[in-house]
Amino acid sequence: MRRSVVLLVLGLLVALLWTAYPAFGQAATPPGPQVGLPMATPDSQARLSQLEQQVAEAKSSGDNAWMLVSSALVLLMTGPGLALFYGGLVRRKNVLATMMQSFTLMALVTLIWAVVGYSLAFSTGNRIIGGLGYLFLRGVGAAPDADYAATIPQQTFMMFQLMFAIITPALITGAFAERMKFSAMVLFMTLWSILVYAPMAHMVWGKGGLLNVSGGAVPALDFAGGTVVHITSGVSALVCALYMGKRLGYPHEPMPPHSVVLSFVGACLLWVGWFGFNAGSALSAGSLATSAFVATHFGAAAAAIGWAGAEWIRNGKPSVLGAISGAVAGLVAITPASGFVAPMPALIIGLAAGIICFLMVAKVKGKFGYDDSLDAFGVHGAGGTVGALLTGVFASMVVNPVFKGAQGSSLPVGLVDGNGRQILNQFIAVAVAWALAIVGSLIILKVVDALVGLRVRGEHEVQGLDVALHGEEGYYFEV
Amino acid sequence: MTKLEAIIQPSRLEPVKESLREIGVNGMTISEVRGHGRQKGHTEVYRGSEYTVDLLPKVKIEMVLPDRQVESVVATIIKNAKTGKIGDGKIFLSKIDEAIRIRNEERGESAL
Repeated sequence: MRRSVVLLVLGLLVALLWTAYPAFGQAATPPGPQVGLPMATPDSQARLSQLEQQVAEAKSSGDNAWMLVSSALVLLMTGPGLALFYGGLVRRKNVLATMMQSFTLMALVTLIWAVVGYSLAFSTGNRIIGGLGYLFLRGVGAAPDADYAATIPQQTFMMFQLMFAIITPALITGAFAERMKFSAMVLFMTLWSILVYAPMAHMVWGKGGLLNVSGGAVPALDFAGGTVVHITSGVSALVCALYMGKRLGYPHEPMPPHSVVLSFVGACLLWVGWFGFNAGSALSAGSLATSAFVATHFGAAAAAIGWAGAEWIRNGKPSVLGAISGAVAGLVAITPASGFVAPMPALIIGLAAGIICFLMVAKVKGKFGYDDSLDAFGVHGAGGTVGALLTGVFASMVVNPVFKGAQGSSLPVGLVDGNGRQILNQFIAVAVAWALAIVGSLIILKVVDALVGLRVRGEHEVQGLDVALHGEEGYYFEV
Repeated sequence: MTKLEAIIQPSRLEPVKESLREIGVNGMTISEVRGHGRQKGHTEVYRGSEYTVDLLPKVKIEMVLPDRQVESVVATIIKNAKTGKIGDGKIFLSKIDEAIRIRNEERGESAL
């Protein structure tokens, strides 16, 4: 009885949001009053160009300030955000090893990015992968690259993108937590960053990329990384979990999180950091960043309620872990949509992601029996896919006129604008990301397995990776 | 001499300790333990995985007493540890052969 009432209320809420949607679309900004300029004399001409330059510099410094802060916020998502979130979910004996994986990637991916990663993702290349033009960051300096962000130094853009390249592989570590060798992790992630992340980033965001929204053969909408970050990491996570097998004792032995408190702090840091991730993806500090900021927050809030609510109905209790997992799932799902959708659709996307990811984790995983230890696939793979597809539904030209007609007029973007074809493009982008993640990860796993072996010895797994791999304990209580 | 081991609800430790001090007991050893008798545990759910927690946190009080003090201590513990619900715990008594104070090697009841 109670269950049906709650379902009814939820249904009504969704219907209400749906019908209310057009009313909530943002009104286009009216053009400002035209300032009449006096007749140009050589003197005023010089003055004018001087002013123009000053205006450009002011805009650049504003944009650059926001982008530097955003870059730092995205780094905050990996450490301490994700490290705490994942660290709390494992057993006490593995807390350091789990945090070490995220932290190592902060350093390791930075080196790869500096040498070759940025070049393969963002220099001019073919449709699939970039070239070697930016090898060792040659030519990546203070001058902006207008193909990406015309108002900020390219070095800022490079750093912002680096933070994405760091967190993406760090997300995968949730799938093989508590059983992978450290050496195997380092090798896997090095190859993965180059062979899976760089091509996917190039296809979606790189100039000339296959799925690039402006000019790609299949223009797909991915504002901040639904396909590039969450589908690639989530699906690769699933491949890792299947390939490596279950942890010893799973699922018979209890393996509850050793500290939901740590996970709680981590999830809250992720939420905050995500403002840099999504609103920063506007690559400027204007109204598009605000719109993405709003969508991000709304998506997270709705998903927290969606997951905890679904749990409340099914298990009788809304859990803390459920609420924070829901928030993360919502942040994942809103990521591709954040710069394209109005606030009300953001609520719908979040709510859907919260409920769907809960079912993935609580029902589907149990049914198939794979040990995706910290639910990297259930949250990022599933949430990323839901988000990427719903972006094709709710993307609106009022929010972001990303498609332009011949005369510069705005063309419909998503299904709500009447561009149903976009859903097909989104589906293609999702399929490409899935395929690349599956094939790439499988090959890399085989190579790493052959070279160094993937799993720690059984006795090390029982002892715990903190002592076995790092010679330390997370909690050293004096006797 | 008698050794008394009382396993009680953690929340009852303070009143038990307080009242024992009032009747002149001046030494005890306390440990945090887990266990269960007839009390059932509870279920925890983490992302859909259910865990039954049947070993519940308890506090164990250990002390060695002169025989004449035993009954009053037992009565005091019962009075202060009882909530009337399953899970209140148990008291075990056993005979002690000898007690030795390490500092000065005193033996017997004077070592208590």
